[in-house]
Amino acid sequence: MLVLDLLPPRRTKEHLGGVALAGVVAALLASIAQWGRGARGFRDMVVLDDYALFLHVVICYAAALAVLLSIDYLRRNGIESGEYYALVLLSTSGMLLLASAGDLLIVFLGIELMSLPLYVLAGLFKTRLPAGEASLKYFLLGVFATTFLLYGTALIFGTTGATNLARIAAATAGRASGDALLTLGLGLLLVGFGFKISSVPFHMWAPDVYQGAPTSITALIATGSKAAAFGALLRVLMVALKSAQADWTVLLWAIAAVTMTAGNVVAIAQSNLKRMLAYSSIAHVGYMLIGLVAGGVPGAGAILYYLLAYTFTTAGAFGAILMAERADGEEAVEVQDYAGLARRHPVLAATLALYLLSLVGIPPLAGFMAKFALFGAAVRAGHVWLTVVAVLNSAIAAYYYLRVIVYMYMRDAEGAGTRVAPTFAGGLALAIAAIGIVLLGVAPAPFVDLAQAAVAPLMR
Amino acid sequence: MMGVGLLTVVTFLPALGAVALTLVPRRRDDILRAGALVVTAATFVVSIALYAGFDGDSPDFQFDELHAWLPQLGVGYHVGIDGISLLLVLLTTFLTPIALASAWHAIEDRTKEFVVAMLVLETGMLGVFVALDLFLFFVFWEAMLIPMYFIIGVWGGGRRVYAAIKFVLYTMVGSALMLVAILVLYYQHGGATGMYTFDLPTLARYVLAPGLAQDLMFLAFGLAFAIKVPLFPFHTWLPDAHVEAPTAGSVILAGVLLKMGTYGFLRFCLPLFPDASLTFGPLIFALAVVGIVYGAWVSTVQPDLKKLVAYSSVSHLGFVMLGVFTLNQQGLVGGVLQMINHGLSTGALFLMVGMIYERRHTRLIAEFGGLWSVMPAFSALFLIVCLSSLGLPGLNGFVGEFLILVGAFQINGWLAAAATTGIIFAAVYLLWMYQRVAFGEIRHEANRHLRDLDAREWALLAPALVFIVWIGVYPRTFTSKTEATVQALIAQVESKASVAQRPIVPAIVAGAAFRPGRQPSRP
Repeated sequence: MLVLDLLPPRRTKEHLGGVALAGVVAALLASIAQWGRGARGFRDMVVLDDYALFLHVVICYAAALAVLLSIDYLRRNGIESGEYYALVLLSTSGMLLLASAGDLLIVFLGIELMSLPLYVLAGLFKTRLPAGEASLKYFLLGVFATTFLLYGTALIFGTTGATNLARIAAATAGRASGDALLTLGLGLLLVGFGFKISSVPFHMWAPDVYQGAPTSITALIATGSKAAAFGALLRVLMVALKSAQADWTVLLWAIAAVTMTAGNVVAIAQSNLKRMLAYSSIAHVGYMLIGLVAGGVPGAGAILYYLLAYTFTTAGAFGAILMAERADGEEAVEVQDYAGLARRHPVLAATLALYLLSLVGIPPLAGFMAKFALFGAAVRAGHVWLTVVAVLNSAIAAYYYLRVIVYMYMRDAEGAGTRVAPTFAGGLALAIAAIGIVLLGVAPAPFVDLAQAAVAPLMR
Repeated sequence: MMGVGLLTVVTFLPALGAVALTLVPRRRDDILRAGALVVTAATFVVSIALYAGFDGDSPDFQFDELHAWLPQLGVGYHVGIDGISLLLVLLTTFLTPIALASAWHAIEDRTKEFVVAMLVLETGMLGVFVALDLFLFFVFWEAMLIPMYFIIGVWGGGRRVYAAIKFVLYTMVGSALMLVAILVLYYQHGGATGMYTFDLPTLARYVLAPGLAQDLMFLAFGLAFAIKVPLFPFHTWLPDAHVEAPTAGSVILAGVLLKMGTYGFLRFCLPLFPDASLTFGPLIFALAVVGIVYGAWVSTVQPDLKKLVAYSSVSHLGFVMLGVFTLNQQGLVGGVLQMINHGLSTGALFLMVGMIYERRHTRLIAEFGGLWSVMPAFSALFLIVCLSSLGLPGLNGFVGEFLILVGAFQINGWLAAAATTGIIFAAVYLLWMYQRVAFGEIRHEANRHLRDLDAREWALLAPALVFIVWIGVYPRTFTSKTEATVQALIAQVESKASVAQRPIVPAIVAGAAFRPGRQPSRP
């Protein structure tokens, strides 16, 4: 990719996007082809089981959507460059590695490989103040988080003598719980992961980064990196630290409840759509943590299903925002910019409304099925009250998602209003996302099967 | 049964129509309107076949269809109708084309979105009434919110956004807890029987142990339905939604949506949670009476026609709830019939309020007066509809209310007597309103040249009037289809309710042993 950039410059650099897309799609197809044929490599440090492959598919979808959205967006904003796609692909490799990590060191490696390019990409609008803030904040807090992760890894290595997940599991299997060092290591790991998935109280960076980063990168951070980090967290907890399940279940119960409530309540106060979606994504992490609390095949399977649904929905929502621009050429990010959008651009408004309704959890869309699977798993595990907190949260969330629809459909624009920059690639991305949402909602059966089959390797 | 059955056709015909109409160019309003009307009319015609093919002597679900949908979780696409849902399906297919036609001139802006929303809404409403799977039911129940939200929010009056959001949030909070209760029930049933399923007939056969769990589940379902009915004190969203909604929206809202709440109590709360239904029955009975009287009083003092009709709905739906929770034959049959009656009368009232609003652009009662001399046909029909709504013998309202009160007097004479005052107050607020609108001198110049009903408006009102008289004179056409179902329902509740005596909810109800149907003391 870097080499391609150096080739005699053509009029545009859109071909680079095409190449990047081809790479991601190839990775996607390779992942699908590998299905059912588990493989391990590098002395079990990398595990390529169905679980990893499912996450790979999710990540590749996220990356593909992000690349599709980038192609036109970069040109419009004058930040077209070859490094961009190189960094996106590098970061994607990090995500893929993270999702198949069978060793805490690979987890660390994957997180670094995923995050470092994202730190750069977040600050791509070099001349804008929020971009600098986003990049620096993301970098500092991200590095801070990985330090915690590394420290936790060290402590766990100290108590168990292993960094390999399976061997940690074997070493801790017989032990009575209450080993202080192990618990501390677990806690530190959770802090590190907490930053990466942006759960409360480690979520502070998310709104600023989401706001400052280029929207196509925001979409990638919100979907791909979250899926990878969540996938790794799930594997670490379910495989390596299964013996400490009682400890982390209690902890995550509280984190889940606080995360979704804080995310949803603060989102109500946001008028910037990117910030609103940032808080909404924090809330969605809270929902997904319910799956971890519930545990077992239903809980973990529900998380995978949720990640898939969430990736389509969130990438779509950011994509729709990215397509809208104000009369002065700036990106339309304030909710007022969307006033009267339905009158001038009914298709875009309807598509964005579809994503938002899926985020609310209105049936028969993907968001509803995903929530239903999660809540079902939680009730099954006896966490009825956590489910009550979650459903009430969904009702709160309806308010701020619907507010955007209010602006699009029920208010009229003041002044020139918002234009839309329709492009083939962007339109394709939105269409893929919309089809995914409807398909996952109306015909969920095969996907639920796949998700449940995918988590089976974790349960051994 | 395999393949696509009649019920599925009826349910999804409007949605298919909506998909087809999205392909019509935006500017062809005439094609869009006519197309939607044709689709809904066709749906009604097909649904008549349901009535014709329905065996009223059988309490079973008919036109039953079952397909696997999400077999891993025991979710099926299971639809079917019994004598209760049959009437509600017919009411829905009957009112939707009328509501659409009422918006022929009233809605000129974004016609395409409007007709699509109406068609999707119809599929949602029909789905709620035919679903026999808790999951499927919930899907329709929630999905239906969105088109209604758009109808109120986009084409409504001045405070439409506030009303639309309030409507959605109220309903969502209620149904959120219902979702949890559905899941808890699913796992309780699955754990006890080994069969994990959301299938309603299967779940209804399962006898849930009485106690806190059942009570909480009943309350979670009950809250969702009580908000929808709306049962006092959960009614505050209703006046806002009704007043702000366009006429077509009000007709559907009053005519069909509110019935979903009462239908929910009948279909889910009673058979699934019989003990809790008996425990909380007196409470709901009492709230229903409060709603009847309160709704009537508040209606009396409304200066706005639409608000008056909206509050009268609170009162009338109180009657329906009263009938349902008598849990005896007369009360339940009356309750079901009253659902239909209210849909017809109040739907027609909203239509007529909409008609004079289109002429004068005001709904304040004080702005009218003496309409009889300029709009005799309108005034005459308006009188008939008002009389039907207040329960004049010979018209539909009387039959339903009479049956409900017969049922209620067997349960608690004092509360029933209090409910009876609701009928008297209904006469007060409706006739007083009518007098101020139609009689007397013409006080406003603007009223002097109002045109009378035109052919389209006649066509809108005539079908409703036919049924208003039909039910009043010969209700058996309709009750004959429901009686077997209602009997089976009562038998089911009684057989499932535990023999164990349970304390009645303290204090709230004025004493009264609540043992339905066992102490017949004729009024």
